[in-house]
Amino acid sequence: MSAIAFPPVDAAIVARRPEIIAGLAKLVEPAGLITSEAELRAYETDGLTAYRRMPLAVVLPATTEEVSRVMAFCHANGVKVVPRGAGTSLAGGAIAHEDAIIIGISRMSRVIEIDYPNRCMRVEAGITNLAITAAVSPDGFFYAPDPSSQLACTIAGNIGMNSGGAHCLKYGVTTNNLLGVKLVLIDGTVVEIGGGALDSAGLDLLGLIVGSEGQLGVVTEATVRIIRTPEAVQPVLFGFDTSEDAGRCVAAIIESGIIPVAIEFMDKPAIEICEAYAKAGYPLDVGALLIVEVEGLPTDIAAQLAKIVEIARLHDVRVVRESQSAMEAALIWKGRKSAFGATGRIADYICMDGTVPTSQLSYVLKRTGEIVESYGLRVANVFHAGDGNMHPLIMYDINDPDEQRKAEDAGNDILRLCVEVGGCLTGEHGVGIEKRDLMHHQFSEADLAQQMRIRAVFDRGWLLNPAKVFPLESRHLETV
Amino acid sequence: MGHVFTPQSESEAADVIRGLTAPVSIRGSSTRSGFGRHVEADDVLSTRGLDGIVFYEPAEMMMSVHAGTPVSLVEQTLEEKGQMLPFEPGDHRRLYGTNGEPTFGAVAAANISGPRRIQAGAARDSIVGLRFVNGRGEIIKSGGRVMKNVTGLDLVKLYCGSYGSLGILTEITFKVLPRPERVWTLVLDGLGDSEAIKALTAAMGSPFEISGAAHLPAHGGAPSRTLLRLEGMAASVRDRMTALQTFLADPAPSRVVDGEETISLWRDVRDGAFVAMPSGNAVWRVSVKPTDGPTLIAALSNAPPERYLFDWSGGLVWLSMPITGDAGAAAIRAALTGLGGHATLIRAPDDIRRSVDVFQPLPEALMKIAAGLKHSSDPRRLFNPGIMYPGI
Repeated sequence: MSAIAFPPVDAAIVARRPEIIAGLAKLVEPAGLITSEAELRAYETDGLTAYRRMPLAVVLPATTEEVSRVMAFCHANGVKVVPRGAGTSLAGGAIAHEDAIIIGISRMSRVIEIDYPNRCMRVEAGITNLAITAAVSPDGFFYAPDPSSQLACTIAGNIGMNSGGAHCLKYGVTTNNLLGVKLVLIDGTVVEIGGGALDSAGLDLLGLIVGSEGQLGVVTEATVRIIRTPEAVQPVLFGFDTSEDAGRCVAAIIESGIIPVAIEFMDKPAIEICEAYAKAGYPLDVGALLIVEVEGLPTDIAAQLAKIVEIARLHDVRVVRESQSAMEAALIWKGRKSAFGATGRIADYICMDGTVPTSQLSYVLKRTGEIVESYGLRVANVFHAGDGNMHPLIMYDINDPDEQRKAEDAGNDILRLCVEVGGCLTGEHGVGIEKRDLMHHQFSEADLAQQMRIRAVFDRGWLLNPAKVFPLESRHLETV
Repeated sequence: MGHVFTPQSESEAADVIRGLTAPVSIRGSSTRSGFGRHVEADDVLSTRGLDGIVFYEPAEMMMSVHAGTPVSLVEQTLEEKGQMLPFEPGDHRRLYGTNGEPTFGAVAAANISGPRRIQAGAARDSIVGLRFVNGRGEIIKSGGRVMKNVTGLDLVKLYCGSYGSLGILTEITFKVLPRPERVWTLVLDGLGDSEAIKALTAAMGSPFEISGAAHLPAHGGAPSRTLLRLEGMAASVRDRMTALQTFLADPAPSRVVDGEETISLWRDVRDGAFVAMPSGNAVWRVSVKPTDGPTLIAALSNAPPERYLFDWSGGLVWLSMPITGDAGAAAIRAALTGLGGHATLIRAPDDIRRSVDVFQPLPEALMKIAAGLKHSSDPRRLFNPGIMYPGI
C-alpha cells in the first residue's frame, strides 16, 4: 500500500538487536531506553500517520553527554539514528525503521539562561516552541516563529525543518531567529556553533544546520533571539467573493509598503469547516477570507489598518470586520488556528506545503482546485498568503488504499505545479520521506549531488536519518 | 598578476572553471581586495561580465541579479519603486582607499551587512536563492524566489559568507523592503561606553522597533554620541520617538536629527568611516554579545585601539589598531577567550595578513568540517585558496 519506499532494512543490524540494546543500556539511565513493543508503538510514526515503521529501540537521553555516548556507540556499530523532537512532522521526518534507533530529546527541555539585555535565550533543544515564549512572556518578550503545532513541537524539530508559522512575514523563520546551537556529530563529537553574538566564526554552519532535517547531527541546545512584545496587536478580517480578489488584495497590500505581521488566507471550504467547528462568526456567504494582522503603538495600528482597509475596498472587499476588543481579536484567530483540527474531524487529510511567488497565488489556487477535483477528492485551502506558503488540505479516507494513493498523487501534482511557477516543494514542513521522491522536480542531478557531498562531510556512512530528503535512486551521485 | 578570466555568462564561467589548471582569485571590482588572508593564486576570475538585473517584482518584494551587478544599480532601481535593501550593506571604498563599483556578488559572498542588521537581519537572511558554479564546473542552484523554502540543504546560507572559497556565485535572489517614509535618529551626547551600551541594549528591548543602535566614543575633543534610529511611516516614527525618549528617561542631553544629517551619519557607521583614518592602521571587526562590547575595550587597556566604535547595540566593535607587532591580534583574541564571539582582521598590510590569523581560529572539529566543505565543493582548491584559513 505504501507508495513511499524505505531503504532495505539491514538484516545484520536487526539480528544484533539484543546486543545493541545491551550496549545502549550501559550508556543511558534505564528510564531513557525504550525497547518493549508496546512502548515502541508510540514512536512508529509522526504527523504523517499513513506511514509506520517500528524502530529498533528508542533512546531518550537526559544530557548532551548521553547523546554523545549514544551517537559514538551507533557510529562504531553501524546503527542508524533518527533524531526526534515531539514527532509532529507532517513530512515523515521523524519516522524510523527496523534497523534504526530513535534519539528523542523531549526529556531535555530546560531553559538554561535568559539574557534580556542581549535579547537571547539558551534552552535545551527538547523544549517546546510555546514554552520558550512562555518563559519570557511575563517580562514582555517572545520567540517569533510560531508553527501551528507550537504547543507540542520542539525547537529541535523547528531547527531541523526551519519551521515558520503565521508571523514570519515580519519576523522571518527559524533560521532568522537562531543564534547558536550545541550539536552532537555522528561520531559523538560535541561542537558549539554561534552563541550570543549576531554571527559565528568561519563558514555559516548554523545556516546549514537549520533545515537539514536531522541529517548532519543532533541538536541538544539552542540559543534563540527573543523580541519585545509589541504594545498592541490587532487583526482585521476581510471577506471576498473570490479567491482571485483576495489574492490581488494581498499583492496590493505588500506593494503599498505596509508589512503586516501576518496575512492568512482561507477559501470557502476552509471557512465552512472552521466555522462549523470554532463558531468564530466567519461570514459564510463569501468565497475567500483574509486575516490581516498589524502591530505597534496603538496610534500606529490605527493608521496602518486605515490604509489596509482602504486597499481592501479598492479590491472589492465584501465584509470588513475590525476587532474592537481582545476577545474579538481572539475570535478572529480562533477559526484559523483550529483549521487543521477542524478538518481532521470531518476527514483524514494530507497537508501540502508548497511555496509560490505571491503573484502566482490566484492561479495556483485555481489549478489546485481543478487537480484535486480531477481525482474525485475535496480540498480546503488555509495558508500564509503574505509569503506564498500554501497549505492545501486534501481530504480522503485513510482506510481506503485507493483514496490514499489518489490523495498522494494529487498532492504530488500540486507540488510539481508550485515548482513550475517558480516556487518550491516545501516552505516549512520539510521534505522528509513525503516529498523525497519529488526532489528531481526542483533540483538537477548536479544540485542534488552537491547537497549530498555536503551531507557526506557530516555523515559519510548515511547513518543519520538516512531515508529522508534525497531520492533513494540518486544516492550514487554523491560519489560521482 | 597572471591571466584575468572575464566570462560573459554563467555557462561561460562553468567552461572557464572546467578548463582551469591553476587556482584563481575571484574578483568583482576589487574595492575590498585588501580583505582576507593572502590568496594563493596568480590568475583572476572576474565576475564583471555577469552583469544586470534578472528580475524585479516590487509586489513580491523580490529581486534577482547577476553577481557582477553594481550595488549602486540595485539600490537605485529599488529606490525608484520605493523599496530598499533590508540589510544595508557597507561600501568599503573609504576604508580600503579603493575606486570602482562594489558588486552585489561580493555583498553576498562576504555577507556584508550594516546597522539595520539588528532589526532586519544580515545579507544571508534576505538572500533566498543562489546560483553558483562549483569547482567541478557544474552550475548549481539552491533556494528559490520565495521567502520560505526548506527544500533540501540550505546551501544559500553556507555559500553566503564563504568569501568565494566554495564556488563562484553567478546569480543572487533576495527579499527587499519598503523604504521608510521617515528616518529619525535620537542622538545622546556625552555618554561613556558602559552607559551608552546600557541605553542601547535597553532600547533594543523596547517595543519601539529600533533600526540602528551605535555608539561613537569621544574622540579628539569631540564628545561621544550615542545613536538610535527609528524608521517607518511618518506619524509612527514621531510617536515612537516620543515614547522612546520617555522610556530612556533622559540619560544624557539628547536631540533628534533627520534628513541628510541622519543619512550621512548612518552611512559613516555602515562603511567604517570612523576607523578609516589613519589609513595605515589595521582595522578589526569583533562580533560579541552586545553587553560584552565595553568589556572587550576595557580588556584591551594594555594594547588600546587608536579609535573604535560600537554598532549593533554593542555587538559589533570596530577597532583601529596600530600596526606594530601583530596589530593587536593576540591581545584581542585573548580578551575574547572568556567572552565568546570572534574577531576578523579586515584591513592590514600584506605582511600582517600573511602572519596573523585573519579569521578567528576554529576548534579542531569545526576546522575539519570547514576543510571537508571546501573539498566537497571545490576539490581542486581552485577558488580563493587560503582566503579564510590555511589549506582551505
